[in-house]
Amino acid sequence: MTPLLVLAGAMVGAPLRYLIDHAVQSRHTTAFPWGTFAVNACGSFVLGLLAAGALDGSVPGSVLALLGTGLCGALTTYSTFSYETVRLFTDGARVLAVVNVSVSVAAGFAAAGLGALLGSLIRG
Amino acid sequence: MPETTLGGRPAATRRVEWRAVVAVSLGGGLGALARYGLLALWPPRTGGFPVATFVTNVLGCLLIGALMVLAAEFWADRRLVRPFLGTGVLGGFTTFSTYVVDVRRLVADDAPGLAVLYLAGTVVAALAAAYAGSALTRLLLRARR
Repeated sequence: MTPLLVLAGAMVGAPLRYLIDHAVQSRHTTAFPWGTFAVNACGSFVLGLLAAGALDGSVPGSVLALLGTGLCGALTTYSTFSYETVRLFTDGARVLAVVNVSVSVAAGFAAAGLGALLGSLIRG
Repeated sequence: MPETTLGGRPAATRRVEWRAVVAVSLGGGLGALARYGLLALWPPRTGGFPVATFVTNVLGCLLIGALMVLAAEFWADRRLVRPFLGTGVLGGFTTFSTYVVDVRRLVADDAPGLAVLYLAGTVVAALAAAYAGSALTRLLLRARR
């Protein structure tokens, strides 16, 4: 059952990433990969919320498999993040490459922390 | 060869191609199943190094480096190869959110040293893998000629 939930969540999360990335990238002309930045921050927020709920039992395992491992896992990406960073670096935009890594990681943590905080507020 | 901007992205096209959306969905599902399989193979332990997610992310980065070179070399006219294999399979296989949440969990489990090791180790290994994937594939292609 769990693999099917992961599959279903990912089949929504991955195209959602594609569409969000497309929408963000068509709205700016800078070299910074804002699209990947946006999906990684959003997915980290939602997984932060779900993971905190799973720890105290308020989010059942099936929901975590569907929305966490499946949807958030596929909504966020490490491969595109790495590839874009390496390309920025080898194309000569070295500062931007370093900024991309630090800002993406910092935003991911801030987002996951906010998600966990929101979860604790909801549960009271 | 599609026009690319700095950072190697295809120049943003105005319209969403719905065939590509379907390809990303199918590929993403397959990639996530493979990630789930590795998690089942190496189940995460409380306060332990997240081996499965680490391997997943580094392997996915190595493969995307190779894929982008191969796609430009052999499949430049195949419009669904990169959406299916790159954005879909490898995008669904690797995960940024689990990485972030696992680091937070290591801190919460009172393993701050491991948290820092995993945090920095993933970034370094993933970037090196993406670079190596491209560089090695280019070398192999050159040797073949």
